[in-house]
Amino acid sequence: MSRRVRLWLLAVGGAGLATLFVAAALDLPAFGGDRHPYGDRAVHASLARHTANVIASVNFDQRAFDTLGEMTILFAAVVGCVILLRQTRDEHRGRPAPETVARPVRRHALLLLPVALLTGLYVIAHGQLSPGGGFQGGVVAATSLHLLYLGADYRALERVRPVGLYETGDAIATSAYVVTGLAGLIGGTAFLANTVLPYGTFNTLSSGGTVPLLNAAVGMEVACAVVVLLARFLDQAVEIEEGNGK
Amino acid sequence: MDVFPYLVAGWVFLVGCYGLATSRNLIHAVGCLSVCQAGTYVLLLTVGYRDGATAPVFSDLKPGSRPVVDPVVQALTLTDVVVGATVTALLLALVVQISKRHGTVDPDELSELRG
Repeated sequence: MSRRVRLWLLAVGGAGLATLFVAAALDLPAFGGDRHPYGDRAVHASLARHTANVIASVNFDQRAFDTLGEMTILFAAVVGCVILLRQTRDEHRGRPAPETVARPVRRHALLLLPVALLTGLYVIAHGQLSPGGGFQGGVVAATSLHLLYLGADYRALERVRPVGLYETGDAIATSAYVVTGLAGLIGGTAFLANTVLPYGTFNTLSSGGTVPLLNAAVGMEVACAVVVLLARFLDQAVEIEEGNGK
Repeated sequence: MDVFPYLVAGWVFLVGCYGLATSRNLIHAVGCLSVCQAGTYVLLLTVGYRDGATAPVFSDLKPGSRPVVDPVVQALTLTDVVVGATVTALLLALVVQISKRHGTVDPDELSELRG
């Protein structure tokens, strides 16, 4: 298909989609309106199970099975990246030479690393109470390790980041989510049903039944996944060289 | 004015589609796909918005004292942001491989099959 034909096809399809979308938007409930039946019910269910953060309750209690699916997508994407970015036969690894790092950069990166790591773990641990949770905290914790790459050099980063260990951690976290779900079956209810643990006192760390456990599993999975992904891409950029001198 | 936020979501989505179709660089195409995704986030958050409402977190808010925005669509958006990021990483890994095997990232030059 030539570029002209493709553009015409896109224009026709886009115009059709735009017309249908505008027609649909005109019939939607008004923006900012007061009618949110699903939202109101979700808030009600979350408060009944002593989970202060309704979004965590939706993710890890009311729609926990859906989150299992998303975790599987995440896991599959990471496995795919690891396979696609592995070292092939005609490539070899070079030792990256240490680069000089400006003093202030080094100082700030090394100062901020423990702070960022602690913030990530805090966000994961308080997922059922305050805004945040496993998904966001995992990303913060994983990226904090990479401050070492900015502040020191690649070899220092490799020392705190044995990739194999993080790949195992990724798999363990995914399994932990499924095992927590199976506990519901053993307890005599449904898969991933939040009835195994007591709901605890509202607004404390142990509230919400299985929500904190599932939240922690997701946090660990996301953290490991991001570390593995960044490691593979950094490998490509820094270490792996093509054999035929390209 | 009431439909304006919905229209913004549709516009962002269509801009992403336009970029995908006219892209001459696969990395650019992956970026355009993320733009399409961002359009769906805008739509979801728009659907859940409520006038004068606050975040659906009750750690320092008395239940029932204020309206809260719809937590269901926020949860959907939140999970998809992270999953979308890893899927983008997978697509970029594919681009790295294509660039190594074929020496180009222009989708128009990738028409012939190679063993």
